[in-house]
Amino acid sequence: MAETLLDIRGLNVRFSTPAGDVHAVKGIDLQVSKGETLAIVGESGSGKSQTMMAIMGLLASNGRAEGSAKFQGEEMIGLPLGKLNKIRGAKITMIFQEPMTSLDPLYKIGKQLAEPMMRHRGLSAKAARERAIELLKLVKIPDPERRVDSYPYEMSGGQRQRVMIAMALANDPELLIADEPTTALDVTIQAQILELLAELKQRIGLAIVFISHDLGIVRRFSDRVAVMRTGEVVETGTVADIFANPQHPYTQMLLAAEPTGRKEPPADNAPVLLEGRDVDVRFTMGGGFMGGKKLDIHAVDHVDIRLKEGQTIGIVGESGSGKSTLGRALLRLNHGTGAIRFGTDDISEASRQEMRRHRRQMQLVFQDPFGSLSPRMTAGQIVTEGLLVHEPQLSKKDRDLRAIKAFMEVGLDPATRNRYPHEFSGGQRQRIAIARAIILKPQVVVLDEPTSALDRSVQKQIVELLRDLQAKHGLSYLFISHDLAVVRALSDYIVVMKGGKIVEEGSTDQIFDAPRESYTRELMAAAFG
Amino acid sequence: MLRFVLRRLMSALPTIFIVVTLSFFLMRVAPGGPFNLERPLEPQVLESLKRAFLLDRPLIVQYGHYLWNLLHGDLGPSFIYRDFTVAELIAKSLPYSLTLGAWALLVAVFGGIAIGSYAALKQNSFVDYAVMSVASFGITVPNFVLAPILSFVFAVVLRWLPAGGWGDGGPANLLLPVISLALPQLAVFARITRGSMIETLRADHIRTARAYGLPTRVVVIVHAMRAALVPAVSYLGPVAAAVLTGSVVVETVYALPGVGRYFVLGALNRDYTLVMGTVVLISVFIVVFNLIVDILYAVLDPRVRYE
Repeated sequence: MAETLLDIRGLNVRFSTPAGDVHAVKGIDLQVSKGETLAIVGESGSGKSQTMMAIMGLLASNGRAEGSAKFQGEEMIGLPLGKLNKIRGAKITMIFQEPMTSLDPLYKIGKQLAEPMMRHRGLSAKAARERAIELLKLVKIPDPERRVDSYPYEMSGGQRQRVMIAMALANDPELLIADEPTTALDVTIQAQILELLAELKQRIGLAIVFISHDLGIVRRFSDRVAVMRTGEVVETGTVADIFANPQHPYTQMLLAAEPTGRKEPPADNAPVLLEGRDVDVRFTMGGGFMGGKKLDIHAVDHVDIRLKEGQTIGIVGESGSGKSTLGRALLRLNHGTGAIRFGTDDISEASRQEMRRHRRQMQLVFQDPFGSLSPRMTAGQIVTEGLLVHEPQLSKKDRDLRAIKAFMEVGLDPATRNRYPHEFSGGQRQRIAIARAIILKPQVVVLDEPTSALDRSVQKQIVELLRDLQAKHGLSYLFISHDLAVVRALSDYIVVMKGGKIVEEGSTDQIFDAPRESYTRELMAAAFG
Repeated sequence: MLRFVLRRLMSALPTIFIVVTLSFFLMRVAPGGPFNLERPLEPQVLESLKRAFLLDRPLIVQYGHYLWNLLHGDLGPSFIYRDFTVAELIAKSLPYSLTLGAWALLVAVFGGIAIGSYAALKQNSFVDYAVMSVASFGITVPNFVLAPILSFVFAVVLRWLPAGGWGDGGPANLLLPVISLALPQLAVFARITRGSMIETLRADHIRTARAYGLPTRVVVIVHAMRAALVPAVSYLGPVAAAVLTGSVVVETVYALPGVGRYFVLGALNRDYTLVMGTVVLISVFIVVFNLIVDILYAVLDPRVRYE
């Protein structure tokens, strides 16, 4: 047994809120040995991040930690700030989930990298800058001599996360805490970052606490796993044990939560419901009254797509590939060009009034279950709002009956229809959004990343719900996602997009089992290892 | 950057033109004229005065004449202080106003930012509530109320400070006017800084700075303060305007020989050119201050770049 680096005993974290104390971490024990990678796995609200925040003295001001967490024998809980500041940033470092906002936007990255080195090791500004350039080289930032003088806003999310990693390694720490370091990144970037971390771990021999909700990543990356649920550690073990022989029912449930099943394609002679030919969308950014440089963005570049009745087309691609823009262009929700047909009608030039009668047949479900529901309306009002427009003859009572039916259809308790969105969980809100779409009995539903903000186990339920609704009502879906596991479970046809163009398309089996294009293969490799 | 500055100054010309035009005609709409005195002038004297000042010509001609002169940097002669041009009167009084305004601005900006930051760091403590209550008071009490009260308490009752006059321009003479002028603005700065500071202290990059062992002092001053200053800086433009217009009141209450006082006297006596001169001066000041604000933006936040 290697030497224990971090020894957590009976750690509790509580937050005082107006509604009373929230007990976020409930007396957990965890050990991290020198050089090992411990993954802490759990869904949102399991307390996995707060455990590490408590040790680092980074809890929000209403949080407090009790219990013991010894790092190399030194008690971290209640350590005076002066002593704590000698450990954090030097012996324990962190990288965070949000690469876009974790670096100070107002300072060059070279300065931000240098700051902890000058503070902890007393390096001169010049020496720290040289070391910063070395570190950027280590984390494979191209052209480090120049990039050291970049501001964070001049870098992509993946590059910023590399900078964070460089910062974390700068003082040769013993322990690196990585809090969902790749969650906010595209799959191919995710794979690169994980590869980099694994390589650095080998080379430097540091211990890593890897906080994640993504079991696929955990399996590839860690030595041991601790599974957390509602503030408790329900199971710990080696990666092999946990994945092969999970003991706790919750662990078993998590492992079974990968969406499964396939969708049968519709009959070959099924009529085409929605067709876009030569769809092209451009945006202009900047420019204005006083001049300034305009930036043209070719979001969707002459794309053809045909959605048959009963079909689900999965549109996959990384951020910026134009997949959402394409979905919106097909519903005539942005200013694109090209021929768009819905059933037998050409809607390319339809006015707002003309579009209105089509709108009820073409519905949209968004990614963000928090932002896309009005906080000032009850769930029932949100779900029936569309009826006010499309079936104005309905009485209030009729609408309420329809709401009850829709709630039952999406698996929500109808008694909850008078509650407000904030009283529902993320998964329940997404069910509300789906109910809002299907209550109008549409033919096409565009699903724009409907499961991306949800935990895996909830994702699986939503996927099953969508599949049931499709079978029952004969719906056609345009399913936009970067999550290939979900796409595989839901779609029978797949379109891979990159830079506004379709790189490859084909049946689900063909794309997943025999991808032709190197970009598709890259996506697959990144998603499934 | 130089191109940006030039372009901004160019784009300010229409603004100044509109201000000049509106003030010019508004002044003339007001009843009375510069020579309606308590003891009427001899008709011939009045005639020749009107002719000398072009007042016998149609309004539009007078307007054109004024604009033409203004373009050549000539603000015209004063109607009331007949031995002086408006430019001379402004040159004589501006140093007093500048001294007063500069002090008031410094006190408002630095005092407000310091107090606001302190309150943010002690959020929801007794100190925070106390400071912010005083700030609310400062915002609600206008300077034409504050100035006489301060003058009454400290000059009349306590007799610690002079009630007015410039004297030697030392601290004793300046203290009350500067406080009267600065306090409402200081209060606004304190509130803005507190709000943005609280928000910034919760930002992810502040968490990063703390996670990397930087001492609280560095986290606050180097990382949080700079980001928190951006909203405060954007308020500098309106503050400069408020200090300029406020100085009209304060200079009158404390009998200081600044531009503000000439503005009031000019308006009361329908000294058209004198009022126009101060209006032009104030609008140029506001334009320049807004330009300074934009430049400060770019200095504080590298993401802001002007082409």
